[in-house]
Amino acid sequence: MNTTSNTGADTPLKGKRILVAKPGLDGHDVGAKVIALALRDAGANVIYTGLRKTPEYIARIAIDEDVDAVGLSILSGSHNELVTQTVAVLEQQGAGEIPVFVGGTIPADDRTAFLASGIRGVFTSEMPLADVISAIAKVLS
Amino acid sequence: MKVAGADLDDESVVQPRPGLTPSGLKVPPVVRAGDVAGSADAQIGEPGQYPFTRGIFPDGYRGRLWTMRQYSGFGTAEESNERYKFLLAQGQTGLSVALDLPTQCGLDPTDPMARSEVGKVGVSLSNLAEMEVLFNGIDLANISTSFTINGSAAMIFAMYVACADKKGVPRGKLTGTIQNDILKEYVARGTWIFPVRPSMRMIADSILYSNQESPRFNPISIAGAHMRDAGCTAVEEMAYTLANGLAYVDSVVARGGDVAKFAKRLSFFFYVHMDLFEEVAKFRAGRRIWARMIKERYGVNDEKAQMFRFGVVCGGSSLTAAQPYNNVVRVAIETCAAVMGGAQSIFTCAYDEAFQIPTESSAELALRTQQIIGYESGIARTVDPLGGSYFVEQLTDQTEAGIRELIAEIDAYGGAVKAIEDGWLQSRVARRALERKQDTDNRDRLVVGQNCFRRENQSEQPGELFHLDPNTSKTVTDRYQAVLDTRNNAEAQKTLRQLSDAARREQENIMPYMVDCCHAYATIGEMVACLKEQWGEFQEPVHL
Repeated sequence: MNTTSNTGADTPLKGKRILVAKPGLDGHDVGAKVIALALRDAGANVIYTGLRKTPEYIARIAIDEDVDAVGLSILSGSHNELVTQTVAVLEQQGAGEIPVFVGGTIPADDRTAFLASGIRGVFTSEMPLADVISAIAKVLS
Repeated sequence: MKVAGADLDDESVVQPRPGLTPSGLKVPPVVRAGDVAGSADAQIGEPGQYPFTRGIFPDGYRGRLWTMRQYSGFGTAEESNERYKFLLAQGQTGLSVALDLPTQCGLDPTDPMARSEVGKVGVSLSNLAEMEVLFNGIDLANISTSFTINGSAAMIFAMYVACADKKGVPRGKLTGTIQNDILKEYVARGTWIFPVRPSMRMIADSILYSNQESPRFNPISIAGAHMRDAGCTAVEEMAYTLANGLAYVDSVVARGGDVAKFAKRLSFFFYVHMDLFEEVAKFRAGRRIWARMIKERYGVNDEKAQMFRFGVVCGGSSLTAAQPYNNVVRVAIETCAAVMGGAQSIFTCAYDEAFQIPTESSAELALRTQQIIGYESGIARTVDPLGGSYFVEQLTDQTEAGIRELIAEIDAYGGAVKAIEDGWLQSRVARRALERKQDTDNRDRLVVGQNCFRRENQSEQPGELFHLDPNTSKTVTDRYQAVLDTRNNAEAQKTLRQLSDAARREQENIMPYMVDCCHAYATIGEMVACLKEQWGEFQEPVHL
């Protein structure tokens, strides 16, 4: 796990604590790392979990670190199971109010379903970083 | 999402940085004979001769085209077996097995971490019984099979040997490749299991064992592809791959291997992205540097050991989910680059691979793409058709210089193993990935249909979607349980104990013990658990 922040000027997420997590066995961490770096550049205090974390581990870190948002990055096709499990564990632990965002290879139908189920944003690799950052900033403001 | 000012017919779409390739190599508007320092025949050499700039074969593809090998595998062993038979019937000339993440991470399908991932990105192969189904009706003596497997590669190779034994195929007839490149897993692909040093031992053992038991099999494919997709430029991809290659050579030498012998069976694997001439130059330069390093660093003069043999994948992160049919064109251009770069095997991604497992029809179109290039375009008639081009020779020289600079930097740091254990290389690649993303967002890198020439409400996905059988996990888990229930358990446990003992004895080659485990239907998860007890697990350095 790694904590990082930036105190620069262009910082719409200044003071926000954001957990970027990799649930499941997926080893594709480019997106997670790029987003973590971009969130840091936008002023957030970013905690990145590293690979292969369980929903229980992610929820525990989210609570222990008192984060303002959780981002889950999944490109293995197992996003439905892993997102549902992580959200369920957060709720069981009384942290259901923490906004959850999802990024990765998420087909359009699943994106729609996630948003309907309360996920606050779903991002794919082709979305410009500025759009991702402003969408997160809007939810957290 | 709409990219501002990037609509159809937008005159503001201009080629950014026209004088530079994506790796930052200089491209003059015209290159003339006098501009090329390295165009002397001695520098380029003859095709099939040291330093192999023009290719490893004297006649290029005249005798035989490259191997057309589509990466494929999903769900159960039966489903994948069916897809393989379909692809072979369509004229594919080699198999390439995609394995699911539990198998790649050394977990059995019943492991809590595995359950939601069984059969998703590849086929589940937890034990020999599954592999027997996977290759049912396929003659292992006459097909070359490649496995994209790394953390648990030694075990999958052991299983392949055991499978051949069971089918009565002599080990000496086996051809194919296991990727078996753990170093790039730590950098980019993430299916590591054990710490770096014992992993390097396991790889060295499998190379030595393969050379002895199945001398026509390639026991490693040193891969730059995944580092490339993770952010590296073409020059960095080749440099980091060659640096990893040197680390493997050193580790096999340290375990008693003779470079002049085992280097003949080292192979490489790369991505081809869209900048056509940069890709051609990358392969020509890589071939030349590797030959020179084998000769100069290790004093090996046998030309077969100096030959840089490589496969490629065309597609990957150069493909887009936006306007997916555009990907067919991208893959065709990338395939031309691979052919003019002299690739030994080519995997062409399907146009829908950016967001799903290819359907049967998209997989067929991907194969047809390389068949059209191979059989209709005439591209394969003469060896290294771009050889002697002022531009390509100059670009090859520039690429070589760039690669050598990076290798020197890694050497100075203490070698690839140290750079990776410290997380130094990982941080570097992550920063590059951010730069590539920013370049795309800013349109310093143009992607048609994504950041320019978009249409309002354009389709993001084609009509046909791939659907995985929802019963896959249950089918796989049931059969796994049946194997555990019916095998000779005492025998399986005995072979596992022997594997543990061998892992403890540093000088011992562990491969024969793994083959015994596979014969006794011990599972990947059981073997990995034994080895974790001895070796521990890799602790990921999480630097941003």
